[in-house]
Amino acid sequence: MTIGTYIVVSLVKIVIAMFILLTGVAYTTLAERKVVARIQNRWGPSRVGPFGIWQPLADGLKFIFKEDITPPFAYRPLYLLAPILSLTMALTSIAVIPIGPWVTIGSIHTPLQIADVNIGLLIILGLTSIGVYGIALAGWSSNSKYSMLGSLRATAQMVSYEIALGLSLIGVLIYAGSFSLRDIVNSQSGTFLGFIPKWNIFTGQFVAFFIYIMAAYAETNRIPFDLAEAETEIVAGYHTEYSSMKFAMFFMAEYANMFTVACLATVLFFGGWSGPVFGPPILQAVLPVLWFVLKVLAFIFIYIWVRGTLPRFRYDQLMAFGWKFLLPLAIANILVTALVVALK
Amino acid sequence: MHLVLFFIFGAVCVGAAINLLVQKHPINSALSLIVVMGSLALLYLLLGAEFVAAVQVIVYAGAVMVLFVFVIMLLNAGAEEVLPHKSRVAFLLGVPGLIVGLTIGVWVISHYAGLDRISLGGPQIMSGTESFGNPRAVAQLLFRDYLLPFEVTSILILIAILGAVVLARREE
Repeated sequence: MTIGTYIVVSLVKIVIAMFILLTGVAYTTLAERKVVARIQNRWGPSRVGPFGIWQPLADGLKFIFKEDITPPFAYRPLYLLAPILSLTMALTSIAVIPIGPWVTIGSIHTPLQIADVNIGLLIILGLTSIGVYGIALAGWSSNSKYSMLGSLRATAQMVSYEIALGLSLIGVLIYAGSFSLRDIVNSQSGTFLGFIPKWNIFTGQFVAFFIYIMAAYAETNRIPFDLAEAETEIVAGYHTEYSSMKFAMFFMAEYANMFTVACLATVLFFGGWSGPVFGPPILQAVLPVLWFVLKVLAFIFIYIWVRGTLPRFRYDQLMAFGWKFLLPLAIANILVTALVVALK
Repeated sequence: MHLVLFFIFGAVCVGAAINLLVQKHPINSALSLIVVMGSLALLYLLLGAEFVAAVQVIVYAGAVMVLFVFVIMLLNAGAEEVLPHKSRVAFLLGVPGLIVGLTIGVWVISHYAGLDRISLGGPQIMSGTESFGNPRAVAQLLFRDYLLPFEVTSILILIAILGAVVLARREE
C-alpha cells in the first residue's frame, strides 16, 4: 500500500470510527435514562419521537443553545483547556482498539482498527493517565470549592485505581506475550472441548477481570465510585462551574471512556471479535464485528445496570478498597499467573 | 521526515522548558513540564523506542506530574512574588556574558565533536534490524543482563517510600 492510500484509508477509518463512537455516546445516554427509569419503575424519556429515540438530538441542541458562562473568577486558559483535554484523550483511545480481523476491499487489505500498533495497551494507559489532567485542571481552574473538592477526589481516586487497573492487565499480557491488542485477541482463538471458547476469562483470568472492571468503574468516575461528582455532597463535583457545550464535552468524555473500558474488557477478557462465523462470505465478514459490538453493548448495559442498582461508596471505603483489597489481589493474580505459565 | 519531526519536537521541548522557568504561577510551570515530558516521549518514539516512549508518558507525564499538580492544587499555591529589585549590573554583564558563553560552547562542540559528523540516530536506527526500545529488548536488559542492579534499585526505592511514610506519620 502506498503512503497516499494509507493516509486516505486511515482518514476514512477515523471518520467512520468517530461517527459510530459519537452516535454510540449519544444513544448510551438515552439507553441509560431508559434502563434506569425501568429499574425505578417509570418510563424515562418517551415524548421525542417513538420511544424517545430523538431525545439525544434534542439534548444536543439544548446543550448548543444554552448560555455558555465562564465564571469571572475562573482561570480562563486552563478553564478552556480542561474539557478539550478530557474529550480529546477519551476519543483518541478508540484508535488502537481492534474491532475485527483484516479485511480486503478491492485492492486494499487493511485491519479493522485505526492504528495497529505493537504497544496498543500502553497507549490506552498513557492516554488515560493524561486524561486525568482534564478533571484535575477543571476543578482547579474553576476556582470554586465544590469543583476543587470534586477534582481532588477524582485525581486521588484515578491515580490510586490506575495502579490496580494496570496490574490486573499483566496476567493477560503474560498469556499473550504481547502489548498489541490484535495479538491479545488472536491468542484467545480456539476452543476447549469444541464449545467453550479460549477467552481469557475462561482460562484463569477470572479474578483479573473483576479487578479490571472495578478499577475501570473507578477510573471512569461512575457509580458506585462517582465520588468526584457526588450530587448530594459537592453539587456536581469538578464540572460544577461548567455550562453549555463545555459541560457537554465532559459528559461525552465520560461516556466515550465507558466505551473504551467496554471495548478493552471485550478485547482482553472476552476474545474480542471471536465467535461462531458461518454462512456466505459477506456474512463471514460481518459476523466478527457483530460479536464485538454485542459484547461491548453488554458491558455498557452492565454499566447502566450497576448505576441503577448500587449506592455510592464513602470516600475512605473507596480508598481502602483500592489500596488494601484490589492492589494485593492484583499482585497475587500476577504471581499465580506467572507461576502457572512458568510451570506449564 | 524524521529530521523534520525531530526539530519540531525538539523545539517544542526546549520552548516548554524555557516556559517552565519563565512562568510565574506554579501550575503553569507544572503543565510546561508535562509538555517537556510528552515531547521527550515523542523523541524516544522517533528513535524507535516505543516502549520507553509509552513508559515516559505513563510514568512521568502521567503519574509523577499528576502528583505535582495535586500538591499544587492541595496547597493552593498562588503566583510567585516577583522582587521589584532589578540589578542593572547583572543585566549589562549577564546578557553579553550569556551570548559569549553560548557561542564558545557551540564552537567547542562543533569543533571537537564534529557537528557535521553527528548523526541524529533516528532514520539509521529505524531502518536497521537492531532494536533497543521495544518491550522485549527492555525486558531482557532489565531481567537478564542487569537483574542485580534492577533489584537493588527497587529495594532502594522501597527504602525511600518507607522513609517518606515514617517522616510523614503523625506522632502519637
